[in-house]
Amino acid sequence: MKTKALALQYWPTVVLFVSLLAIWQLTVTYSGIRAYLLPSPMSVIEAFWEPDVPWAQHIWTTTWEIIGAFFLAAAVGVLLGVAIAWSPLIANALVPFLVFLNTLPKVAVAPLFLVWMGYGIFPNMLMGALIGFFPVVINTAVGLSQVEADMLDLGRVFNAPKWKIFMKIRIPNALPYILSSLKITATAAVVGAIVGEFVASQSGLGYVITTTQSSMNTSLAFAALIWISAVGLVLYGLVVLVARLWAPWAEGLD
Amino acid sequence: MTEQLIDLSGVGMIYEAASGPVEALAGISLKVGTGEFVSLVGPSGCGKSTLLRIVAGLRPATSGTVTVAGRQVARPIADIGMVFQQPILLKWRSILQNVLLPAELAGKDPSALKNRAHQLLDMAGLNGFAAKLPRELSGGMQQRAALCRALLLDPPLLLMDEPFGALDAMTRDDMAIELLRIWGETSAARKTILFVTHSIPEAVFLSDRVVVMSARPGRIAADFKVDLPRPRTIECRASEAFGRLSLDIFKELSHRASATTVAA
Repeated sequence: MKTKALALQYWPTVVLFVSLLAIWQLTVTYSGIRAYLLPSPMSVIEAFWEPDVPWAQHIWTTTWEIIGAFFLAAAVGVLLGVAIAWSPLIANALVPFLVFLNTLPKVAVAPLFLVWMGYGIFPNMLMGALIGFFPVVINTAVGLSQVEADMLDLGRVFNAPKWKIFMKIRIPNALPYILSSLKITATAAVVGAIVGEFVASQSGLGYVITTTQSSMNTSLAFAALIWISAVGLVLYGLVVLVARLWAPWAEGLD
Repeated sequence: MTEQLIDLSGVGMIYEAASGPVEALAGISLKVGTGEFVSLVGPSGCGKSTLLRIVAGLRPATSGTVTVAGRQVARPIADIGMVFQQPILLKWRSILQNVLLPAELAGKDPSALKNRAHQLLDMAGLNGFAAKLPRELSGGMQQRAALCRALLLDPPLLLMDEPFGALDAMTRDDMAIELLRIWGETSAARKTILFVTHSIPEAVFLSDRVVVMSARPGRIAADFKVDLPRPRTIECRASEAFGRLSLDIFKELSHRASATTVAA
């Protein structure tokens, strides 16, 4: 019954996807378009097994950068959000600075990272974290402060200390907000890691794409793109799953 | 009922709004005896809820003295149970964990109070719902869980701010009867209750006294004694005495309301 419902819901997606692939293959076969402009789906599939490309190593590099960026953004974002919600003094000091940082086109900072830190996984992690941490800060701070005034009065009636109100009421209340922002961070971490690799790298899926520019091996670029979105999708799916398990009461919040 | 649990004397409250100072309460003097059920009724914005919070020590009065159980109130007093218009249960906690929350906030061991929490839930007809999340319960059941939470630490004083205001009319009448039953209206150990409501019949049905407040600044306009026998039943709402008293209170309120309209 459930499989039937799923089939009913997703058959248009499958039909569209297969049709697009067929149109793509037919276009390439019969229009005589050059392979470096648009490779055929078949040649993209072949590129996955290209023996000259150490795929496992590239996927590994990029995945690590994305995971590192994600956790760095999550940790820093939550800490800053808590600090902002904890004290108005900290909020006044931090918020304008954070807003400025957020208006900065972070991609433009990537060359500076190269100057400061050289090549490697870490600067690319940092780029992903820089792009992805801001929504976490905002959602954490908002989630911590969106508590009913009556609920806080209840805490005050029992002379509960501030940290206790935080631990028992504010933080659980903020959890759905934080988890929802982490979905944005999951995709931002992917963007940051790839941008970092574009600017400076010797390995990774973004690096594969930059090398195809000179080799004109466009099918390799397509294969790398598919890998990137696969890694991104898995991370996003994991965040959604964790959110559902960790904050089941918040279903339907976003 | 000679002992006074609450003693308000000349209580006034002025707060700063954007347009300047607003006088919310003026010259409130009110005594509530131990075990007494007193309702506050009055037009919206007359400061009934503010008065309740002043008694709880959550808001400071700007003038006058507030004494509860012989002690002057300057900051929140722990010996009270509060019930608000919304149940405000924590969405992520089971009903039992919600009822135990005051113990945790007050720094007491919640596991020692588990039995009492279960007893309260039984009394409120919520046995079998202890492990459920709040969203799995109806509005009336959630409000009963909130009442259990307020009673957990066995406070001598209950402050209730329009606790049934968000419920539908049928549930509301049921809850009034439930409240009287849980309160133990004929027992000697019954708690003192200060109850804010918009509903005159609800106030008359529940209370020993109904205190009518005037529009802003809130003052005490009248103090009606309710001489209906306890335990109160649904039939007593049909009695002549009930109707007459409700009408008197209604007249007092509407007279005040029209007087303010003329003055304005």
